[in-house]
Amino acid sequence: MTRYLPEGLAIPVPESDGLSQPYWDGVAAERLMVQRCQNCQTWVWGPEWICHSCHSFDLAWTEVAPKARIYSWERVWHPVHPALKGHGPYIIVLVELPGADNIRMIGNLLGDPKQDVPIGGSVEAVFEHHKSANPPHTLVQWRLA
Amino acid sequence: MATRTLRGQAAVAGIGETTCYKHGQSPDAEFKLALMAILNAAKDAGIDPKDIDGFASYSNDRNDPSRIAAALGTKELRFSNMQWGGGGGGGAAAVGNAAAAVATGMADCVVVFRSLAQGQFARFGQGPQVPTISGDMAMQAPYGLMSPAQRYAMKCMRFMHDHDVRHDALRAISLASYHHAQSNPRAVMYGRPLDEAAYDASRWIVEPWRLYDCCMENDGAAALIVVPAERAKDMPHKPSYLLGAAAGSDHRCGAPSHNHPNYASANFASVAPNLYRMAGVKPSEVDVLQSYENFTGGVLMSIVEHGFCQPEEANDFLVKDNLLAPGGKLPLNTSGGNLAECYMHGLELQIEAIRQIRGTATSQVKDVDVSMVIAGPMVTPVSNCIFGSEATL
Repeated sequence: MTRYLPEGLAIPVPESDGLSQPYWDGVAAERLMVQRCQNCQTWVWGPEWICHSCHSFDLAWTEVAPKARIYSWERVWHPVHPALKGHGPYIIVLVELPGADNIRMIGNLLGDPKQDVPIGGSVEAVFEHHKSANPPHTLVQWRLA
Repeated sequence: MATRTLRGQAAVAGIGETTCYKHGQSPDAEFKLALMAILNAAKDAGIDPKDIDGFASYSNDRNDPSRIAAALGTKELRFSNMQWGGGGGGGAAAVGNAAAAVATGMADCVVVFRSLAQGQFARFGQGPQVPTISGDMAMQAPYGLMSPAQRYAMKCMRFMHDHDVRHDALRAISLASYHHAQSNPRAVMYGRPLDEAAYDASRWIVEPWRLYDCCMENDGAAALIVVPAERAKDMPHKPSYLLGAAAGSDHRCGAPSHNHPNYASANFASVAPNLYRMAGVKPSEVDVLQSYENFTGGVLMSIVEHGFCQPEEANDFLVKDNLLAPGGKLPLNTSGGNLAECYMHGLELQIEAIRQIRGTATSQVKDVDVSMVIAGPMVTPVSNCIFGSEATL
């Protein structure tokens, strides 16, 4: 598939301690994986070592439905990275996942960059693979459902 | 047990600044700027710089107190303090930390300082140019979310959505800063007024913010001398007593990937009540407010969270006339602030708050007894403080 933003932005990689590795492995296989506490069932995002509710370290990577609602958004016009110079506006959305107690994720909203963006609107994930990048990686984008 | 409070225990006795330059244009090195501001503050306080025995700063200021103390030949170093994190959100916290040191006898004369020369170092408003990225930024930068404006715009967008706040409210905040800068010869935007039409015609940086909703980036330095309250009475200037200071943020504010539960906020939900409680002040008693404008949306939410108006009243309250010195309901950013005076990471706002108590501001509010500063909204930790004249003690 095509990419939403131009090539040249920083490529995401797991930390040296490997905390987020299962997330990146998951999205490469088009599965949206987040953590869930095995003691109290709290959903945890972004990746962390401990449950912020009960302090259990027993967090399991759990697949969640790739469906969300737009919680907030912004349209970026001023480029702050050389790769974005001359690209024009783009939309960043903050979405919440009803299937995981409304944890929030950041992505781009695919489609016309000048479209009206409905807060509360339903979106679904689109896995944007960058297989020829070094290292290869997958971004999770969103489109109106 | 006595009440644990900073109220009335410490005072600002000296203020000092350097010339403020456009970013990258300082003729002086960042370390030299820090020294110049500190010397200016010491002179203002009427003290020998060698008697400074403590240093407090924030946002990982690069100018190490041990080096400054050695360079100035101070007699001894007793307090060397850095407020972790939060960028400009640490400005009031640094004053509070300095006051805590002198109030508890850890030091006798602490200088709060901040120095920036962005030509010498990287700019704030640019994204990182690195081949790979990990941790929380790996969930953001690949989507083009890199700069401070991009990091915080979605908080404001949601707040405006929830409370039907119009862009006019943001515009009024910007116009107030530019209005006050026209009376301030020190201001970078002195002689460059801004009106509604020019604001409306300005380009978007990131919606909901236009160019004039965003702070400048400047080179320069600022410093304040904090001493015990009893000592301040015998010093050259009318003392500005610290009535209260607070720092921090509410529950899980720093949760990764924008998962702060109380997201659509400036992050003062707990910090504002803590400040008012220590200071013994109500919002209606604040005579003049300096509220850090990284972006106007941060000021909007700060003003609401500090109880100056309800969210639903923001459209009516945040109009230019209400925000102007001397007669507005809430004179705001009376030097021109980060938008139009100088972006000295908000420490220039602390200095302006002191001028208002002394009666020496270029847009002076009449008979100021309670002068308040809100630092760096939307970051974590944020901070705030209230200064008072002797009449408030």
